[in-house]
Amino acid sequence: MRNEFANVFYEEGKNNSKLVMVVADISPAGSIAKFREEFPERFINTGVSEQSMIGIAAGMALRGLRPFAYTIATFALYRPFEFVRDDIAYQQLPVTVVGVGGGVTYSTLGSTHHAMEDIAVASAIPGMQVLVPCDPAETKLITTWCARENNKPTYLRLGKAGEPILTANAIDPFIPGKIRRICQGKDVCIISYGPTVKMALDLADLCKTKKGYNSTVASCHSIKPLDEKGIIQLLASHPNVIVLEEHVPHGGLGSRIKEIAWDNQVQCKLQCYSLQDEFIHVYGGHDSLLKAHQFDLETIYSKFFT
Amino acid sequence: MDNQKTFVEASAKLRCKKYRHQILDISQKVGALHIAPAFSCLEIVDIIYNHLMRRNSKNEFIDTFLMSKGHGCMSQYVILHELGYLSDDDLNTYCQPNGRLGAHPDYGLPGIAASTGSLGHGLGLATGIALANKLSNDDSHTYVVLSDGELQEGSTWEAIMMSANLKLNNLTVFLDLNDFSGLARMSVDHPAFYPVIDKLIAFGWNVQEVDGHKGKQIYTAALDSHQTRPSFVICKTIKGKGVSYMEHIPIWHYRSPNSEEYLQAKREVEESII
Repeated sequence: MRNEFANVFYEEGKNNSKLVMVVADISPAGSIAKFREEFPERFINTGVSEQSMIGIAAGMALRGLRPFAYTIATFALYRPFEFVRDDIAYQQLPVTVVGVGGGVTYSTLGSTHHAMEDIAVASAIPGMQVLVPCDPAETKLITTWCARENNKPTYLRLGKAGEPILTANAIDPFIPGKIRRICQGKDVCIISYGPTVKMALDLADLCKTKKGYNSTVASCHSIKPLDEKGIIQLLASHPNVIVLEEHVPHGGLGSRIKEIAWDNQVQCKLQCYSLQDEFIHVYGGHDSLLKAHQFDLETIYSKFFT
Repeated sequence: MDNQKTFVEASAKLRCKKYRHQILDISQKVGALHIAPAFSCLEIVDIIYNHLMRRNSKNEFIDTFLMSKGHGCMSQYVILHELGYLSDDDLNTYCQPNGRLGAHPDYGLPGIAASTGSLGHGLGLATGIALANKLSNDDSHTYVVLSDGELQEGSTWEAIMMSANLKLNNLTVFLDLNDFSGLARMSVDHPAFYPVIDKLIAFGWNVQEVDGHKGKQIYTAALDSHQTRPSFVICKTIKGKGVSYMEHIPIWHYRSPNSEEYLQAKREVEESII
């Protein structure tokens, strides 16, 4: 995903001199290195100083530029939180804060590098958009939209690298702010965002194999603004709804969908699965951490259907 | 149109006397208004607006001013009023339900270039503004008023390093060095804060030290720019300057004087020869 983001940024940046990349001592992935070589004046590395990364990005936006502030998600959002809030959101500036490695993607680096509550934190800021593409193709579409059209403060959560393409045959096109069905079924609806949509598709396969159920899988790439209408339709048209998110249990998509379900008195069975409300001291691959959080396919399947 | 005026000391003193009177008058309509912090940086802000900031023929600022110590904004409001950016009504409704001016500057209001209030934000923003000006070959200059307390914020030092790295010679910071933060005297509670000048020189800035209540000194120092370095003018000031019972007394960081205190303050300002 980060490579696709970098490719798009490079291509857009070639034609738009207002696009600026501000990073805080992170080695630039893929084409960002190319962008840095070709447009050194529009690539600013503040070093290990994330508050200054956000402040400088906001200052440049005050002068009409369109900065992207880019680093590992925890350092993009938590360390400079008040700068994101006051400098960018309070002044409603068109800065895109890009957090790489959402969730527990950086599995072996420990919880200092795990963005488990970033959706809650970013969503809590008034006027802040929160966007999460599910695969490289959606990353391309969202990054292009951010570079060309978006004029609002935005947090863009990315995964890392090597994510598969999930949306090649999506039944809905990408529309900013609209939940997007990748496939359509009538028995179960699985709503997710980010690379976890892969788990949602695998869960749909499992439901088919074990129960013969057909599932809808939807990528909720825009957590804020949230497509309430689209979500109500999904809740109303499926007897079983599952929300999957690589995020702590509170303040994320699951909480929002439960609010919507309550407010609209929907009748479906609705369960949300997420990371635990816990810092887990486990290492290994990304999958090992998800399993330690009881956030894996088999556990989720058996919890929902027993 | 270039609005820089020849510096005339008597005129600057008269202006600042008028501003102090106005701030005292406004203080009687509200419970609190950061009066001492405004009096501390008043001469600095006067020089910035009346002698440094250029305006075009539409009376728009060519240069940018950020009040990083947002709580000093009363000094900014009365000057923006005099220059025609804010109205009588704006000042009369300060901190009132039907007003648009609050105790910290709010981006989007006439003459307000950024929202400040939380300390340690102004210099990062100013660094981004100055850098953007360089990138677009805009000769606009960026001025910042920083409180000494803000030098305790790590973010300020992040920006101090970055603006020196970026060789932002289009950035001038005025430090309102009154030796007081909200609670304490810096030299007593935080002696390692000093010496300030050595630290800033070591960080690659063009640094000067002046009496922050002497307009001529502030103005002269501000004109001494450097080819590759951002400039820091350390202005030694007195918190609450101009009113004897406010000077160096922390409670006046926020309080408004009562009617008796107000009359005494008005007398002292009128008789002062700062």
